[in-house]
Amino acid sequence: MPKLKLPAAPTNPLSSPKRPGKEYGPSGPLGHAEEAGASAVDWIDERTSLSGGLRWAMFRKVPKGTNWFYTLGSSTMFAFLAQAVTGVFLAMYYDPSATRAYESIQYINNEVFLGELVHGMHRWGSSVMVILIFLHMARTFFFGAYKYPRELNWVIGVALLVMTMTMSFSGYLLPFDQRSYWATIVGVNINGTGPLVGPYLSEFLRAGPYFGATTLSRFYAIHMLMVPGAIAALMGFHLYLVAKLGTTAPPWVKAEQPEELREEKVTVNV
Amino acid sequence: MANQKEPKSKYTLDRNIPGAFEGETVTRRRAMVIAGQAAGGVAAAAFILPALGFAMGPIFKEEDQPWQSVGRVDEFSDESYVPRTITLVAGIGDAGKSTVYIRKYNPALDTEPRDEYNKYIAISTLCMHLGCPVRFTAAAQRFICPCHGGVYDIVGKVSGGPPVRPLDRFYTQLEGDAVVIGPRFSVNSELRRFSPRDPGEPLDGVGQYLYPSRPSMRKIEGTS
Repeated sequence: MPKLKLPAAPTNPLSSPKRPGKEYGPSGPLGHAEEAGASAVDWIDERTSLSGGLRWAMFRKVPKGTNWFYTLGSSTMFAFLAQAVTGVFLAMYYDPSATRAYESIQYINNEVFLGELVHGMHRWGSSVMVILIFLHMARTFFFGAYKYPRELNWVIGVALLVMTMTMSFSGYLLPFDQRSYWATIVGVNINGTGPLVGPYLSEFLRAGPYFGATTLSRFYAIHMLMVPGAIAALMGFHLYLVAKLGTTAPPWVKAEQPEELREEKVTVNV
Repeated sequence: MANQKEPKSKYTLDRNIPGAFEGETVTRRRAMVIAGQAAGGVAAAAFILPALGFAMGPIFKEEDQPWQSVGRVDEFSDESYVPRTITLVAGIGDAGKSTVYIRKYNPALDTEPRDEYNKYIAISTLCMHLGCPVRFTAAAQRFICPCHGGVYDIVGKVSGGPPVRPLDRFYTQLEGDAVVIGPRFSVNSELRRFSPRDPGEPLDGVGQYLYPSRPSMRKIEGTS
């Protein structure tokens, strides 16, 4: 009776079997270190399939003639991100109470390390964002990029513009010096001049008949929670539509005729 | 496909719902969708409505407007204004204070009928264009606003610039020999009293209907 051969004992019972194609993979600890980034990305991508969506969003075909004007939108987005980050850090020192707000701004400017820089970036950055958003809007208008099928993106852009202005208005009060106090009184009263709803709107903004104890914290909540969240969400949708619909060519770029229709290629048989 | 316009039968059998018990007229899938959406709507309303009420509440809150003393009778003349500081909102420091210009009723200037609330005229410094603080300039006998060039004459009527109505006033009373100052009221171009309005809201013509006053802040009953 033939005897079956016993399988060879494993050389090291703790070592895992060789992966298929191992000879092409990394070898040695150095090789593994080189591949660490890629394998981390692989690990996430295997579980989320995010890379397909990212490739779809980032590696798009862009039309001939795309130029520097097409960067105004992402510039606006980066201005918003700068505002968001500096704003979060300003909130660590800012105190939105009518008796303490001015002092806390003085403290940020004069005492906190780099406080004047971060406050200054937030203050001047807001003007930068307003300027960029208008330039971006002008680019879209003059290049005709608001036309079918991108009308909805224009509408979302207008909503983003209005919310950016709301941010500028509500943020202007927060330093709580004479200029911001009276500018806010004037701004709230401009809201009040709307017939029928105006008086209620200005009372809502002030939280009462006069500029009161909770007006400042109300503006602060609008400025740092309500509107930024809405801006971030709408910006996401705005970018989704840009990726989905693609960008337009500048108006001076003419559509190319197919090869066989070009005049010099047409041959006449006599 | 069945004609959508055709009225639905009220009998279960005619509706061809698979697996329906007698008496069922809605598919279970549809009942589930309606129930799920209703539950979601109720859950969302349960936090949205209170949050909205929380934010809107201050519009309808009763505001306390205590009478406050601004000085003794002999501190004021009937020819020019004396500035006094009053507190409109307590507890917020300088932001809650406001200047008021006060003088005695002067029959040579004031045309409105005398009553117990205007023995002393107290003029608010809120510009009726958009709410900047006006200042009385004695040399010109005018109230002048620094923001957008509003100018008012000595009784507070508009004599130039963008303001839409005369300067607001405060009720005043005498308590012994102290002048006390009470709630604010607005006036139209004939200095008739109205419930207080915000700056920028005209009161002549249809203005008083287009710009309703705050429900809880009215002028004193029976004063016109």
